[in-house]
Amino acid sequence: MQQVFSIPKSFKEDFHFTFCPGCDHGIAMRLVAEVLDELGIVENTISSTAIGCSVFIYDFLNVDCVEAPHGRALASATGVKRAQPDKVVFTYSGDGDFASIGLAESMHTALRGEKITSFMLNNTTYGMTGGQLGPTTTIGQKTTTSPMGRNKEYYGYPIKMAEHIALCDGTAFSARVALDSVPHINEAKKAIKKAFQVQLDGLGFGFVEILSSCPTNWKMTPEEAHERIRGEMSETFPLGVYKDITK
Amino acid sequence: MKSSEKVLIKGNYAIAQAAVNAGCQCYFGYPITPQTEIGEYLSGKMQELGRGYVCAESELAAINMVMGAVSTGVKAMTSSSSCAVALMQEALSYAASDELPVVLVNVMRTGPGLGYIYPAQGDYNQAVVGGGNGDYKIIVLAPSNVQECIDYTYRAFYLAQKYRNPVILLADGLLGQMMEPASFGEYPYPEVDTSSWALSGANGREARAIYSCAREEKKQIQHIQDLYKKFQVIAQNETSYEEFMTDDADIIITAFGSMTRNIKAAMNVLREKGIKAGCFRPITLSPFPTERINKLASEGKDFIVVEMNMGQMFKDVKYAINGKAKCDLVNRPCGEWLSVEEIVSSVEKILEKNYAASV
Amino acid sequence: MGRIVIDQKRCKSCYICTQTCPKSLIKKSDKTNRLGDYMVEFVDPKGECIGCAMCAKRCPDVAITEVWR
Repeated sequence: MQQVFSIPKSFKEDFHFTFCPGCDHGIAMRLVAEVLDELGIVENTISSTAIGCSVFIYDFLNVDCVEAPHGRALASATGVKRAQPDKVVFTYSGDGDFASIGLAESMHTALRGEKITSFMLNNTTYGMTGGQLGPTTTIGQKTTTSPMGRNKEYYGYPIKMAEHIALCDGTAFSARVALDSVPHINEAKKAIKKAFQVQLDGLGFGFVEILSSCPTNWKMTPEEAHERIRGEMSETFPLGVYKDITK
Repeated sequence: MKSSEKVLIKGNYAIAQAAVNAGCQCYFGYPITPQTEIGEYLSGKMQELGRGYVCAESELAAINMVMGAVSTGVKAMTSSSSCAVALMQEALSYAASDELPVVLVNVMRTGPGLGYIYPAQGDYNQAVVGGGNGDYKIIVLAPSNVQECIDYTYRAFYLAQKYRNPVILLADGLLGQMMEPASFGEYPYPEVDTSSWALSGANGREARAIYSCAREEKKQIQHIQDLYKKFQVIAQNETSYEEFMTDDADIIITAFGSMTRNIKAAMNVLREKGIKAGCFRPITLSPFPTERINKLASEGKDFIVVEMNMGQMFKDVKYAINGKAKCDLVNRPCGEWLSVEEIVSSVEKILEKNYAASV
Repeated sequence: MGRIVIDQKRCKSCYICTQTCPKSLIKKSDKTNRLGDYMVEFVDPKGECIGCAMCAKRCPDVAITEVWR
């Protein structure tokens, strides 16, 4: 027999995810680790970490990391890349970090066409603080700060980052993927790899928005949460590649 | 501009060229008067030299870009002014806790709020006490002329890397905008080896993480205490000040930054009038030369603090004197610097008042 | 013919794998994890596992550490 699955080497030895049961952060981080393995770049990579559940990536990945204050991961990554143009630089943030407090940094990093790869986990809520309304909370979604559901007259609309980033001229690749099923996970990995590849080829900013579950704050079982991604969430945030300058 | 020849140069350009000479690999900034020339000068210069320059989308982004760059072991800086430096306070707290050698130039203007572009010294507290969260300290250097803008820019880069601590060069609109003869010389400090901590990719070693969050109480306590101890060492090694005719002085006039210029001129006038005045000027506002001021106060010398704010350094001088001598304040909140005549007459009034009180 | 290895120290009992396996070879066990939840186990007496690795791909905790085919 042949081994067809193993723990990616880019993980630290004896890492243990501290996420809630069923949380898709673990899948996203594993895909990043697998891609770092496959591209053989882990030893040449530096990451700027964000704030929120995603910050703990430095506990799990065997990658040099520098912490940035909330929302400033892409600014910090820009500094790293400008100082070390030969290094591979990536950020891994939640939607609150990337699309709310850090929106200016995210858009301008894309507009400048920084040779950086960024991942944004979209779980439509602020997970670490207990499930508040965030920039991506869907219309009608109940959170601790939208107890009657997100009413568009009162709270406004969710932001669609993959589309916005695709509109920036400096963006080389922008896609939205999901982690709810095996086919979608396979697609997600391809997108993650492509987002790194455009950096390696010096083409510009690579971005992947990853629809992922937060069963704890959605008050759902993991399977119900994945069902929500396939349904309501995918309707608000359609999956697909929004920009790929290599095609 | 590396020779020892004197050139006539504006303070902001002097700081910018000194950063180039110091080996600053990246500059990130956002425009604000009265420091914009620093970014303008460096935009072309850094491209020419193949170094990094970004017109950042905000001051928040600018200082975080510096943090990212210096985390890889290179020298990098940003510059700004008062109300925009206020935006950077969060990052300074992070940088101090992350032990990142960030260099920040603040060419002060008036506050509070937007204030205006008059020069002022109202950011003494912002720099020395700091506006970020938690227990942290920044090294603060205050130049008084264009030559010192160059010298202290060199020193800022060196101290930042030597101690892995953020450094603020606290200049003001007067210094930033004035031209004076000055010489650049060579960057006078040794290069600091950053390879033991800088991020370069986990090649043949364990991955490194630079972060400020210890999730165990004991570790966080230890971390804060370690930072505090480090700053005690900095205070011991790097506290610096300038004294002028303090030996036989009865009264010591103290000021920081460019205000010192008029103090020195005023002293000559006071001495001619038979008043034994001396000048004491802290060069490092943080660490503050508390011990030296206390020693001078113990020798029976009274103090007058002259500054362009409502008495921010005054509090630190009083704390240093610790009741051992008299301490008075001569100040103006912003705008035109107190003239030599104004300083002399204020000192005379204070001496009359204090003398009358003691009789 | 295939097989998988489950690292029970990593399993947080989310049960995504039990619903993913096309042959229903992963089941709730009677052993509990640190939180007191029943962990999963691989039960394949007839050798039905095809080593498709779908369970491993969906496990959010990399608790399925090896898949052989």
